[in-house]
Amino acid sequence: MSSSGSVRPPSEAAGWRHILDASLAVFIKEVRSEVRTRYALNAILLFAVSTIVAVSLGLGPIAPRRNPDLPLIQAALLWMAILFAAFTGLARTFIQEEDARTAAALRLATPALAVFLGKAWFNTLLLGLLTTVSATLFLVLLRVGVADLAQFGAVLALGSAGLVAATTLIAAIIARASARGALFAVLSFPLLTPLLVVAIRATALTIEGVTWAAIGPLLQILAAYAIALFTASLLLFEVVWEA
Amino acid sequence: MNARLVLELQHVGCAYGARPLFRDLSLRVTDGQVLVIAGANGSGKSTLIRVLCGLQRPQHGEVRWWRDGVMRTPAAANAWIGWVAPDVQLYRELTARENLQFFARVRGMPRHSGGFDALLDDVGLGGRGDDRLAAYSSGMQQRLRYACALLHDPPFLLLDEPTVTLDARGADIVARLIAARRRHGIIVIATNDPREEQVADVIIRLGQAAL
Repeated sequence: MSSSGSVRPPSEAAGWRHILDASLAVFIKEVRSEVRTRYALNAILLFAVSTIVAVSLGLGPIAPRRNPDLPLIQAALLWMAILFAAFTGLARTFIQEEDARTAAALRLATPALAVFLGKAWFNTLLLGLLTTVSATLFLVLLRVGVADLAQFGAVLALGSAGLVAATTLIAAIIARASARGALFAVLSFPLLTPLLVVAIRATALTIEGVTWAAIGPLLQILAAYAIALFTASLLLFEVVWEA
Repeated sequence: MNARLVLELQHVGCAYGARPLFRDLSLRVTDGQVLVIAGANGSGKSTLIRVLCGLQRPQHGEVRWWRDGVMRTPAAANAWIGWVAPDVQLYRELTARENLQFFARVRGMPRHSGGFDALLDDVGLGGRGDDRLAAYSSGMQQRLRYACALLHDPPFLLLDEPTVTLDARGADIVARLIAARRRHGIIVIATNDPREEQVADVIIRLGQAAL
């Protein structure tokens, strides 16, 4: 048997165009697999929905007069629901590769950077969906009045971007470990604490209703965190993936 | 260095924990040759294959792949290597054709390159390209591994237990593949089947410290 001559071999140069195209292939593969199996989607949505519904049933709509720190408490509840739902789902993109023993074929065929970008894009999509569902349920079930929805959306988007950048790299680190759940939480805690503190404060401000100038510095911190973590992940991923 | 393709091992050694699997392996294989790694279960055949394709670093020594005077370490030689091993899985949620399309694209091959059907025909999977791998038998999955390994027309083929799970027709396909590919490449076979050793030009017997 000869190999089929009509399939042309690749060019050797793995330039940026190849890396971007390969990362898009990884992203499409992830979406296709997820649509067919719903491994991560079911887990994170069920977790988010059940958490927010349980909180809303337990607390009921909280009247503002009962607690002056109410916006801060509401913001913390929202981010806890997003964080723990993300913990259950975002690591699966790498864990699934190791459990299904497909990681070796992926390592051998795909530039490491393309794997990271493809998985990060997929996690962004997943977390975007999770955040949208969680925030909608949060606003409706807890009857939270947000003064400026654009500010609220901006905080959620920038906070989620930082969450994706950090958790995608940590997921790659823990995928081959045995006690993954505990390790994921242990590694995530120091990385995500500054992000969560700022995200919760910024979300609380959007509920209270402040000007863009007042919330601007917190948005800048969230953006800087996301960019820094994403850059660090890009630089470190190859070492982690090929270790 | 006159040969177009060369595989060089220099004092390569690996251990599993405190137990040495092999040590001080040195050899040179050139194009047209088949290297067989023989040995009992647990002797380190698959580990050596993983070292050759860069998925595992040796504790000692160096592996070098040469092509037209250009040297690469295993980790940088992915584009040159096709690898088939029973413990390497493809994506069960995808169809055979989607698996081939995915691996072609991540390897930087033209997006709409044809030939997937011909490749599937070559490995005896003609007409089953749109079935998901979850519906494939273990033998059919092994055949698809060959299609994926040959996708980018690599000059170096690493075959770990090449006929495991294959039926007689599948084993015949592999025998013809080895005969055809050895003419313009280097093939490395890890096996404990004496019949598969017969194609060897060079044999390493692990577990016996013999070369």
